[in-house]
Amino acid sequence: MSTAITQTVEESTEGPTTTRAGRLGALGRAEMTLLIRNRTMLFTALFMPLLLIASAKSFLQNVDLDGTGLSIMEIAMTGGIGMVLLLVVYMNLTSAYTARREELVLKRLRTGEASDAEILAGTALPAASLAVAQCVVLIVAGIALLDISAPQRPELLVLGVLVGIGLMATLAAASAAFTRTVESAQITILPMLLISSLGSGLFTPLETLPDKIASFCELLPMTGVVTLVRAGWLGGASGGDLAMAGLNALAWLVLSVFAVKLWFRWEPRR
Amino acid sequence: MTRTLRDHGAGATDVDRNVIEVERLRRTYSGGFQAVNEISFTVGEGELFALLGTNGAGKTSTVEMLEGLARPSGGTVRVLGHDPYTERAEVRPRTGVMLQEGGFPSDLTVKETVRMWSGCTSGARPTGEALDLVGMGKRADVRVKQLSGGEKRRLDLALALLGRPEVLFLDEPTTGLDAEGRRDTWDLVRELRDGGTTVLLTTHYLEEAEGLADRLAIMHGGRIVVSGTPSEVTATRPARIRFRLPTGMEPGQLPLTLMAAADGRQIEIRTQHLQRDLAELLRWAEEFGVHLDKLDARSASLEEAFLDIAAQRTGATVPGAGTNTGGAFAA
Repeated sequence: MSTAITQTVEESTEGPTTTRAGRLGALGRAEMTLLIRNRTMLFTALFMPLLLIASAKSFLQNVDLDGTGLSIMEIAMTGGIGMVLLLVVYMNLTSAYTARREELVLKRLRTGEASDAEILAGTALPAASLAVAQCVVLIVAGIALLDISAPQRPELLVLGVLVGIGLMATLAAASAAFTRTVESAQITILPMLLISSLGSGLFTPLETLPDKIASFCELLPMTGVVTLVRAGWLGGASGGDLAMAGLNALAWLVLSVFAVKLWFRWEPRR
Repeated sequence: MTRTLRDHGAGATDVDRNVIEVERLRRTYSGGFQAVNEISFTVGEGELFALLGTNGAGKTSTVEMLEGLARPSGGTVRVLGHDPYTERAEVRPRTGVMLQEGGFPSDLTVKETVRMWSGCTSGARPTGEALDLVGMGKRADVRVKQLSGGEKRRLDLALALLGRPEVLFLDEPTTGLDAEGRRDTWDLVRELRDGGTTVLLTTHYLEEAEGLADRLAIMHGGRIVVSGTPSEVTATRPARIRFRLPTGMEPGQLPLTLMAAADGRQIEIRTQHLQRDLAELLRWAEEFGVHLDKLDARSASLEEAFLDIAAQRTGATVPGAGTNTGGAFAA
């Protein structure tokens, strides 16, 4: 079974050296193949956000939006971006990290040249790209079909989406630390899914909530991201609001990176 | 298999330059269980070193520290002059690793798996070449989950060899392989060693260690109990003669020069001089005109050394035990 394996040591220094981009690309490509082959996950990632935007629209018809100055569709579509981040990035990656860990893929990868951060980032690449693509679709559809304005401050919108993706991916890795099997990921993602969709202003803007509850909701993990996205697309946020939102997003990003460093497991519990 | 042990001092082996250096290495798990207890050894460039032991002896716990997957609780590890845990980027491009259990996404094909690894491996062989090395060329389009246990091991080995590593860590590389697959793997490992690759392998197959290793260490209870070349290790064991005492004879009638121990009618003689004592026994049988039923004489083997050690508790004295039997072992 063996041919041409002599002269190993001499040749080992000659071949092309890997680069960070090359390693990320190779990991991302493999993960993309896996995502495409996982029908349930792919279906959820592609269609759930749309489904939720549709149901949010009918829900919002019963909410008094006077204080917000926003239309139902404006809230539904910007909340939809938040939903994409939650479902496509957070939910998908919590189970992907868990599955790779339980299959010993992560442990095996750590014996290679990719660093820990590269392994996590490479695994997140397909979900991140899919999320960006869906956000673009939502924005284009909103402008072309629903009479929503073009993004007022595109830089804030891009910042919100990118920080959101990073935050969702690190939170997913942190959640995977507390998830034993792919099946139980359906449960461990629920708290984040619930507090974010109810409390972070996705479909119920904080302005419509009682003051005390609203100021608590401002501290939740996704609130900053949603505020940045909404301000970026629709405009109208004050400098103070934006600073608060940026601070919230940054704080949660730092906290979740810290949580991953502290608790993330690279192999199954014995 | 053919047991052509290599001439240890010659050829590619260059013990002057240590590729792996382990000193007073310890690993304690969070529950307080001490899996590895102050072990020391070195592996020279181009040498094939085997860690032998029963399940739970501490082999994998040791290898994981050498591979840089786990941080030692105490002591030091150097691979190619670097700490494999803290200086990961220095070490990884030059090592190949095969874990005890491969970790590959089950929904990728064999080819896709190799492609993913190529992107993370400096100087990677072409996919086809890597698969042909381990006889998996025809299985390239099969999903990993459809592979047999033996095929998964072969794929794992292909990935360990992908970057033409200078140092190869193989954790039980032939577990789950059939006889043919095992022989193929042995041939391949030998060929790599002959090409100058330094190999550290763990195994609980004794013939594997005996046939492949330049030097070996037997672990038990987290310690290295015996180490040295295979012949040095077996030399510490006595040879053995066994037979059933013929009816009508008493153990006391055996020649006194034979150190015989009786268990009912079963007699066992342990000796460092097999030929001399066997001749003595046969002369005695001839003289009394008795037939020695179930007569069995065998020289010491690694298996005997191993079983002896496995049967003893840690800390018991074994003739020739210690970490200083091997030439290049740190004291």
